[in-house]
Amino acid sequence: MCLAIPGKVLELFPGFPYLATVEVGGVRRKVDLGLLENDMPEAGDWVLIHVGFAMSKISETDALDQMQTLIMLGEGEQALQEVRGYGLEDPEPPKPS
Amino acid sequence: MKFVDEFRDPEVINTTADEIRRLAEGSRHYRMMEVCGGHTHAIYRFGLKDILPDNIELIHGPGCPVCVLPMGRIDDGLALATDPNVIFTAFGDMMRVPGMTGSPLEHKARGMDVRIVYSPADALKLAKANPEKHVMFFAIGFETTAPSTALTIMRARAEGIHNFSVFCNHVTIIPAIRAILDSPDMRLDAFIGPGHVSTVIGCRPYEWIAANEHKPIVVSGFEPLDMLQSIVMLLRQLKAGEAKVENQYKRVVPWEGNPAALKAMNEVFQLRPYFEWRGLGFISQSALRLRDSYAEFDAERRFDVPGVRVTDPKAAQCGEVLKGVLKPAQCKLFGKECTPEHPVGALMVSSEGSCAAYFNYEHRKAMASSLAWPA
Repeated sequence: MCLAIPGKVLELFPGFPYLATVEVGGVRRKVDLGLLENDMPEAGDWVLIHVGFAMSKISETDALDQMQTLIMLGEGEQALQEVRGYGLEDPEPPKPS
Repeated sequence: MKFVDEFRDPEVINTTADEIRRLAEGSRHYRMMEVCGGHTHAIYRFGLKDILPDNIELIHGPGCPVCVLPMGRIDDGLALATDPNVIFTAFGDMMRVPGMTGSPLEHKARGMDVRIVYSPADALKLAKANPEKHVMFFAIGFETTAPSTALTIMRARAEGIHNFSVFCNHVTIIPAIRAILDSPDMRLDAFIGPGHVSTVIGCRPYEWIAANEHKPIVVSGFEPLDMLQSIVMLLRQLKAGEAKVENQYKRVVPWEGNPAALKAMNEVFQLRPYFEWRGLGFISQSALRLRDSYAEFDAERRFDVPGVRVTDPKAAQCGEVLKGVLKPAQCKLFGKECTPEHPVGALMVSSEGSCAAYFNYEHRKAMASSLAWPA
């Protein structure tokens, strides 16, 4: 799906720089921030998410507009279903070798 | 204009629509192609064609990665997963796409382990959770999605996961545009450029369209106002005899693209010498495969790929609709043998496909009234 889903970054994980908890329409999941390594978001920033990866940072206004657009396109539910489907969990501590 | 009330700034939409009518006044006929499936969907959903004057024609391009995948590739992917130790994973919109041997969902009904994932990262997670199985991820998508597949493969390497592979069907947008422009049966004046592909590749890759082909291209957002503004920008260029790349979607698309995404793609993937596209035939350097350095994650090298080539059902005109030569309703099967409930081709399965979009927004009422419920 070409469309990207706007979400708010809630929490990052020290030691796991690519993982973050985001919230989309009340649903909280982990996404991968690896594609934003040149301009990492912080808690409170908004990002556009596509298949479990944050693609770009956007303003809150644009994020809310984007959600509205998804809903108008009849894809709001699909977007939430996608986010609910993301299964990344809290990072595990590295196992002793 | 029913959607106008549903959006903020209805006044701005009205003024923009007026500006389009003013600019398009005259006998010239404008043919503009939108390349991205998301734009196709937006055009139908927002009824944009109804508010444009008759001399502006919007033509749907091959921007739906599910739609342009030849049927045989689906059969190939499913063949790789016939081993009971293999878990076949793919995005939801792949599940109902028919191969010659059936869709992934139909294979699931016949006992194959087929699972929907919403992220390649979740396919990798499945591999970690099932060390005695092999997880194969059927990767599709343009440059919007390819970086995420690439990063996932890099993560698999970093974490030492060996029971994971990718059947890579990522395609690239520029060769598709080039093939459209080279096609003798296409006459186009301008392009509405893809939104989210451009967040990755930026706007620079489109410069040859303007410089060599003298066609304007405006990278556009997905709201009705975005698309209408993009059409205004295209009309202004066309009327002035200009051809350049413009970015209407500046709030999301950086001109230079996303360096981390480009770096990940370059690390893991290389261009295939050629790849077959439904409707467009073989296009050189238009699709990605894993580099030799990542061969262990390449399903095509770990398993035997039958290399099935399936021509579309004879009566289906998917190729012509994909190229924009035919409108969806002009296909002989449209609305009869081929509907969203029983699709013959991928353009009717994927929500980005022009046939599904046209059907859902223009024909749904007619279909509903003809459905017969059991007594």
